[in-house]
Amino acid sequence: MKKISLEVNGVQENQEVEVGTTLLRFLRDTLDLTGTKEGCNEGECGSCVVLLDGRPVNSCLVLAVEADGAKVTTIEGLSPDGVLHPIQKAFLAHTSIQCGFCTPGMVVTAAALLKECPDPSEDEIRKALAGNLCRCTGYRQIVDAIRDAAAAMRTKEAVREKVSA
Amino acid sequence: MSAARVVGQDVPRVDGLEKVTGAAKYTADLKFPRLLHVAVVRSPHPHARVRDVRTGKAARLLGVRAVASGRDFPLHTGIYLKDQTVFATDRVRFVGDPVAAVAAETPEAAAEAALQVEVDYEPLPPIFDVEEGMAEGAPLVHPDLGRYEVVSWIQPKAGTNVCNHLKIRKGDYEKALKGSWRVFENVFKVPQVQHVPLEPHVSVARVDLAGKVEVHTSAQSPFTVRHLLSVCFGLPHGDVRVHVPYVGGGFGGKAGINLEPIAVALAMRCRGRWVRLMVDRHEEFYATVVRQGLTATLVTGVDRSGKVQAQKMHYLWNCGAYGGYGVNIVRAAGYTCGGAYEFPNVWGDSIGVYTNRPVGSAYRGFGMQEIHWALEQQMDEVALELGMDPVEFRLLNCLGAGKATVTGQVLDEQSGRVDLCIRKVAGEIGLEAAREKRPYHGKGIACAVKAPAMPNDAASSVVLKFAEDATLEILISGIDYGQGLMTVAAQFAAEALDIPVETIRVKGCPDTDLSPYDWQTVASRQTWATGNAVLRAASEIRRKLTETSAEVLGVPVAELTLRSGHVVHEATGRSIPLTRLVMGYQFPDGHAIGGPVVAASSYLPEGLLFLDPETSQSAKPVAKWTFGAQAVEISVDPETGQVTVEKVAACYDVGRVVNPGLIRGQTYGGIVQGIGTGTMEELVVDTKTGRALNASLMDYKIPSTEDVPAVMTVDFIETPQKDGPMGARGIGEHTMIPTPAAIANALYDACGIRIHELPITAEKVWRALREREKAREEAAREAGAAIAGAGVGV
Repeated sequence: MKKISLEVNGVQENQEVEVGTTLLRFLRDTLDLTGTKEGCNEGECGSCVVLLDGRPVNSCLVLAVEADGAKVTTIEGLSPDGVLHPIQKAFLAHTSIQCGFCTPGMVVTAAALLKECPDPSEDEIRKALAGNLCRCTGYRQIVDAIRDAAAAMRTKEAVREKVSA
Repeated sequence: MSAARVVGQDVPRVDGLEKVTGAAKYTADLKFPRLLHVAVVRSPHPHARVRDVRTGKAARLLGVRAVASGRDFPLHTGIYLKDQTVFATDRVRFVGDPVAAVAAETPEAAAEAALQVEVDYEPLPPIFDVEEGMAEGAPLVHPDLGRYEVVSWIQPKAGTNVCNHLKIRKGDYEKALKGSWRVFENVFKVPQVQHVPLEPHVSVARVDLAGKVEVHTSAQSPFTVRHLLSVCFGLPHGDVRVHVPYVGGGFGGKAGINLEPIAVALAMRCRGRWVRLMVDRHEEFYATVVRQGLTATLVTGVDRSGKVQAQKMHYLWNCGAYGGYGVNIVRAAGYTCGGAYEFPNVWGDSIGVYTNRPVGSAYRGFGMQEIHWALEQQMDEVALELGMDPVEFRLLNCLGAGKATVTGQVLDEQSGRVDLCIRKVAGEIGLEAAREKRPYHGKGIACAVKAPAMPNDAASSVVLKFAEDATLEILISGIDYGQGLMTVAAQFAAEALDIPVETIRVKGCPDTDLSPYDWQTVASRQTWATGNAVLRAASEIRRKLTETSAEVLGVPVAELTLRSGHVVHEATGRSIPLTRLVMGYQFPDGHAIGGPVVAASSYLPEGLLFLDPETSQSAKPVAKWTFGAQAVEISVDPETGQVTVEKVAACYDVGRVVNPGLIRGQTYGGIVQGIGTGTMEELVVDTKTGRALNASLMDYKIPSTEDVPAVMTVDFIETPQKDGPMGARGIGEHTMIPTPAAIANALYDACGIRIHELPITAEKVWRALREREKAREEAAREAGAAIAGAGVGV
């Protein structure tokens, strides 16, 4: 067992974990953050993507002890106090969700993309999501939602700059 | 949103907020106190006699709470043919067949204990291919086939490996074949593929100290799970309770019954404890269920006008080790063997064959993508060989009003219009015969048809009730695993009762103790069956609300209407809000009438008739047909053989579009899943060891964002279904049926090669191109030699 201390969705967590415990197991079993899903447990499906210090990672491939001292954002951290992230809003507006199992990983991956690249082309969106498998939607409405969310976030950003100027 | 026009609108998913925030709970997300973890002991042999199973050593390990094996659970289960026990008893039939299972305090302890279960196997000769299975003297996978319980409309052949055989005999095939102008014969093959739901199968069970069984499971059909568990363990239905939370994809792989019996068997051995069986991604591929393989031999005889006169279809289905569910795919493929075409003279055989491969079961399309892979290529080849335009050939031969299917069912005006679908997609892709051809670019088309394959009495029921604030609660037991059932149920109710859809809550995660009965969520039947039940219940609700209101207002019931959450008397403008009616109406003097407004209703398809056991002729074998077509444009890289699907056009006659966003999503999803089975997917089983060689997402690729066509166009024809809710018919499965065949036809158009065996991989295309190149060189050399020879002569 090892003590770890990390910030998850803005909350400081101090916990003891087995050194072999993955970040995915830790989030789901210890913190009950079950929005992050286990689809393959070997980094092939993207259902378990979370942000580790802002970078998207497959949490099944990261040990909890490796996240010691880090900031972790899960799907639950994208809509604090019930206010949806623009990507979440766009997923609802574009019917981008079917069974919903891949949705958290998709949304989190997209959030990382739009932070890095506020105006991605369709190709850039597809490349960024290539590690997130979905069996239901055919991806079309997911890609459309992310493009729309990017536009909405840029408009919001522009308004904010104007206001602060 | 205007309540009166909710059906046909882009109502957002009613479960969307839960799913997009991570709030939605799937089976593995549920927490249980002191949960036990399960590891399954699986056969390493494709076929072996089980001489002994010794569990003593495993049971004594630290943390182990229960061990169960075959001899303790002898009863059979299976939805149509009861050919499977919880654990293998006398023999194992595929690599992965469960022999025993262990429940322990940690997953690690369970895995360790599973290794300590000792099994003595006596290997038997395995069979992997249908031809081997059909051969004289072939080893029998199920020597007891004749003793299994089976529904009356499935016909296993005792003493063989045939678990079902359906015959279609229509007209005089032999005579028509003799009279044909040209005859074409081809063989097409389809390998086993896996569903790959993002959520692997998982079931949690507990048997309490009073003996009551409770199960939480990722399944498509809670009531069928309950029924089959009750049968399998000899329990009264009332003592088995099944909950289905949100389900992360199924595609048929979670139909019927799957892991639940193993979890329950272990739970019986450690009463009071919750036991969870969650397969990993590897087991998901080979040890749950897969789609059946198919070998299809087609013979087509045409007359000079291009009309098909004689059609023979011989389907050999590779059912794998158990056929409990697959036998009905064999049947469905039989009575749909003519696809979207009118064939006057038919000789059809659809035969299910046991082999020692992974277990075949339902998969989106239920046999239809497989038979269309064969039939739609055959039709294309016939058309091109006759010098006809494949689009015109299809229009000449396709089904429509007044034409008869292979079972002799004559379609009427409301059966749907495949001709319109063909024209639509041909136009979208630009399939006109005179089009300009580019090298290694091709266009192709394929049709699709499917009916719900289910028992004639498969039913759905619903309950509608109100909360105090007039929120309408809809209880359903159809599972919304993505297709949008909860949302369309809300839309039907909102429109029927003229209440805002925002004031409706659909309770879509059923509990068999409390929820109304539903047979299964399969067969693209839910929008239609549950939708009909919702409309019937809504009309009962309307009756109750208006009857009470009539008494209050002192007017005839017939003069009352529902509008925007009120019962309204149009003539006088007087109205009563539903909030004052749904729990009963109270008069100013204190007396009350009515009471809580609640309605239960059901839907059962009417007028279905069994197939004739010898000829399969029937005037109404299925509830409805949904027709459609897809056309594709592809490019081929001549260096690598890689096929890129650039554009897909889809069109289906769905009767009524209930929710455009949802139906588009279903269609995009089906197209891309079709591209998966069309160009990349195959579960490869080693025919020496019987092991699946690519049982991981690393080795078994499914489409990602990078495989999606640049353009997908989706259109719908709306010929109302007579018995459909507001005219709607099923569409969920149909969207992936024609895609592979359309790609194959486009490949032929692009470079003149035909791939007869799915999937159309780059390697197969490259080899075919190379062989053709070699043949051309050979021909050129021979021609050159001939010219040179002639030269010498001069």
